[in-house]
Amino acid sequence: MTSGLLFAIVGVLLFTMGGAGVLLLDHLLRRILAFNLMGSGAFLVLVGLAQRHDVADPVPQAMVLTGIVVAVAATALALALARRLHALTGRMELPEADDD
Amino acid sequence: MKRLVVIAAALAFSLALIATLLELPAATIDLRPAVAENLAASGVAHPVTAVLLNYRGYDTLLEIAVLLLALFGILALGLERQVCTLRAAERPLQLLARLASPLMVVVAVYLLWAGAWRPGGAFQAGAVLAAAAVLLHLTELLPGWLQPSARLRWGLAGGFLLFLGVATAMLARGALLEYPPAHAGALILLIEAGLTFSLGLILAGLFLFMTCDEGGD
Amino acid sequence: MSLALGFDLLLASALLWSAWRALTTVRLDHAVVVFIVFGLLMALAWARLQAPDIGLAEAAIGAGLSGALLLDAYGALRRREAERKAP
Repeated sequence: MTSGLLFAIVGVLLFTMGGAGVLLLDHLLRRILAFNLMGSGAFLVLVGLAQRHDVADPVPQAMVLTGIVVAVAATALALALARRLHALTGRMELPEADDD
Repeated sequence: MKRLVVIAAALAFSLALIATLLELPAATIDLRPAVAENLAASGVAHPVTAVLLNYRGYDTLLEIAVLLLALFGILALGLERQVCTLRAAERPLQLLARLASPLMVVVAVYLLWAGAWRPGGAFQAGAVLAAAAVLLHLTELLPGWLQPSARLRWGLAGGFLLFLGVATAMLARGALLEYPPAHAGALILLIEAGLTFSLGLILAGLFLFMTCDEGGD
Repeated sequence: MSLALGFDLLLASALLWSAWRALTTVRLDHAVVVFIVFGLLMALAWARLQAPDIGLAEAAIGAGLSGALLLDAYGALRRREAERKAP
């Protein structure tokens, strides 16, 4: 098994772990963490899968480099929204919409 | 109940995806030869930089626009503006930060310059610049930002405007973002310098605009 | 070759473990610190994937800047909770 394939599999696991976290966790800060894990997983799949025969590929690498910078901007925006919500309502969870 | 369903679905999804990964046929498109062939005409010798700023310049142009939008979003949220005061920090810590931050600026310039032929480039250099600003803020040497002044606004938007300016100037020669091979290296370095400066300010701004909404003490 | 594979497996399990801990640790500040560790491990993974460019950016942004943002948000949260309780 090449390291590209191995890390692509790790990326899949990170993505699903993060996705489950986004769905199951209530605290917004933890949801943002989970969302970042999803992003990292997707990046690992993108680069790892392209390099599953162990040859470096600059195209997905450049895409992921762009993606990381956008991810931190999204994180900052999400944190600003969460902090605003906390300042206004004193809660760090989104209001429950459904009944269960 | 919800927990069980989500966990089961996540497990099934990851197993299916991993099974697919292991059985994947060879890719029909390979961009590596195309990248290598055109490297000589791209103006830089490092393939990742060539992809970022020449072949896929669109992505980078739109990316800096997205970053700017995220910053606008944070500013538009209207955090509680209160004056941030610098508290007294520990002297050794401040001394260390004072020593480290000029070095970080030097590292950023090196990364920018080295990006033409080896790992490095505008993104990493901008990140190091932003990290230097965050370090100075955490050691109470640099106050958080409240409202961007006119100069700061130009600094934040400058990289994007410069990139856009170069891109539209290329429009006169035929296509957006298609540099003449003879000047590609110089143009890329110019764009990267603007990007580094603005990226550093934007990434630092993501932190410094937000950290002030408490008003300190 | 087997040494490299061993290192990869170790790194992969460390990545998964730190991601898991970042989501399940009870204390939120610990979770954020574990997430910063995760970012640094990601930088190592990028180095293993022959992507030093991403590794550099990940170390500076994923671990450094995101960590500072998250810790700052956590600190603001704590301060505001304390203010709410105190007066």
